[in-house]
Amino acid sequence: MAVSVDQRKLPTSRLPRWHRLVALKGASFTLPFFLGFVVFTVVPLVMALRESFYREQSSGLGFGEETVEFVGLDNFIEGFEDDRFWASMLRVSLFALVCIPAIQILSVLLALLLDSATQRAANLFRLPLLVPYMIPGIVATLIWVYVYSPDVGPLTPMFDTVGIDANFYSGEMIWVSIGNLMAWNAIGFNMLIIYASLRSVPREIYDSAYVDGASEWRVAWSIKIPMVRRTLVLTTMLAIIGTLQIFSDPVLFRSMTPETVTRDFTPIMAIYDWAFAQGEINYASALSIILALVVGTVSALFYRLTNKAPTS
Amino acid sequence: MTTATHAKATPPEPTTPSTRPPAKTPIRRRTARGTATDGVRTTRRTRALIITGLALFTLYSLAPVWWLIVSATKSQRDLYTSNGLWFAEFNLMQNLEDLFTYQDGIFVTWMWNTLFYGFVGTAGMTLISVACGYGLAMYSFRGRGFLMGCIVGSFLVPGALLTIPSFLLYTDLRIVDTATAIIVPSFFNAFSVYLAKVYAEGAIPHELLEAARIDGAGEYRIFFQIGARLMSTGAATIFLLGFVGMWNSFFGPLVFLRSSEKWTVMLGLYSWLKVKTDQSVDLTGMVVVGSIISLIPMVVLMISMQRFWRTGVSLGSLK
Repeated sequence: MAVSVDQRKLPTSRLPRWHRLVALKGASFTLPFFLGFVVFTVVPLVMALRESFYREQSSGLGFGEETVEFVGLDNFIEGFEDDRFWASMLRVSLFALVCIPAIQILSVLLALLLDSATQRAANLFRLPLLVPYMIPGIVATLIWVYVYSPDVGPLTPMFDTVGIDANFYSGEMIWVSIGNLMAWNAIGFNMLIIYASLRSVPREIYDSAYVDGASEWRVAWSIKIPMVRRTLVLTTMLAIIGTLQIFSDPVLFRSMTPETVTRDFTPIMAIYDWAFAQGEINYASALSIILALVVGTVSALFYRLTNKAPTS
Repeated sequence: MTTATHAKATPPEPTTPSTRPPAKTPIRRRTARGTATDGVRTTRRTRALIITGLALFTLYSLAPVWWLIVSATKSQRDLYTSNGLWFAEFNLMQNLEDLFTYQDGIFVTWMWNTLFYGFVGTAGMTLISVACGYGLAMYSFRGRGFLMGCIVGSFLVPGALLTIPSFLLYTDLRIVDTATAIIVPSFFNAFSVYLAKVYAEGAIPHELLEAARIDGAGEYRIFFQIGARLMSTGAATIFLLGFVGMWNSFFGPLVFLRSSEKWTVMLGLYSWLKVKTDQSVDLTGMVVVGSIISLIPMVVLMISMQRFWRTGVSLGSLK
């Protein structure tokens, strides 16, 4: 990529008279996107900030006219003291802490397996392994919601025959159930990304290691995994951002077990509930800004930590 | 000793590249992988372990889909009583008929809506992203760095942060509960622009644009006749990934669409799932068959466009 950055400067500097016009026309290609970006990203961002500083007050026992007034940081202070919101945040963070590394490790393992298999075997297995990725997230959740179901699912009777009384909807099991479903849906694609970057490593490196007497395990641990480190950092970061905002999976589970999955089970569910069930748009905006800050801080920290670590 | 045998085993390596088929995707750069040497250097036990591991993962990947396929052929009663992993009485046709006629065929409306939103939204998004990525990759102009910063920075903005104010904005614009609320915002996707920029950098040589300029072609003509064509693979990838995203989207339609005849198929299936707790009507059979039908366009698209999402994967892994 670095090379093309240098090349880019060439055409305009060589043709000084065209410089301005060409640059202007070049910039005009980006115009449609950035107009839309301003309307559908920047404006809502500013609106979210503004909303969060106001509050709707109804005077006279709720019968009077509703007035919107500036309350400064009150919504945020309330948000920072909202136990139920932070309980949902803690729940999701703990889940992310266990689930994301597990998914990453399994994906790396699978990519390594596929990479060390013969070309024929790899071609044979690749498509079936990607089937879960082709299934839209909602349908994947629907499938697992039913597979877990004690009424129609095959898993409960299967566990019964080996003498385990499993209730996948119970409070203790629900995160395991959701984690398994996320892993099922995510591993295929993660594996494919890692596999692609493994394949872009020159084979000679491995071969010289084999010549030096390194075992398959040693090569995997000391060469292949460090080679895909950047890819892993990227996929992990996307997973962190996604998992902290988990919404559709618990919402679908909620329609089966409303007692276990409460309406503020995850931060986004809580925000959705405040905004559209309780109608507290201002407070919900403040909560979503707090969530954005948490997501931003966590991903920035993660990026700093992983990039400071020694490369090899 | 071992070193010597390994050294003897490796020589066939350099000869293999000619026998391998050429790489399909432009980004994929790979050196030869000697299939011939694999058998020599990995022991039989390691190979058995590898195959077993892959087979177990495959079983895990396919079993739930198998359950879905089997269940789609059963009547609602058999769904509850028969063994989940094997067929009972074949009832698929009846199920399909129920699905397509329920509430005057609302499922067909949902499928049509999803396809419509998906195609129109993604086509517009692809065009805008390719133009923007091309502009960012091929020209240097004041503010370019700032624009790139906006794009990368917006990856970090959680979608949920935007949803509530977007709802307020769309209410002001009077587009809540219309197709516009789903389609128009989907035109502007920062990640697609990023992909387009990375792709343009790799696919379009600056010398070509230079030559076209000397021949007197204008910048817009160069884009439509050279740039856009060279970027067609990247554009297809962006289209595919965008379409998958639209097909999957749930939170947006849930917030912005009210009346059921405008819903997407995912929202519709969710409403059928929820009906059980709200009104104690059991539509399990319908949800199962509906899920399978909603998968078909996606699977067809994914398999026929395999080459393109692989490009997306290699673009992603290059970062």
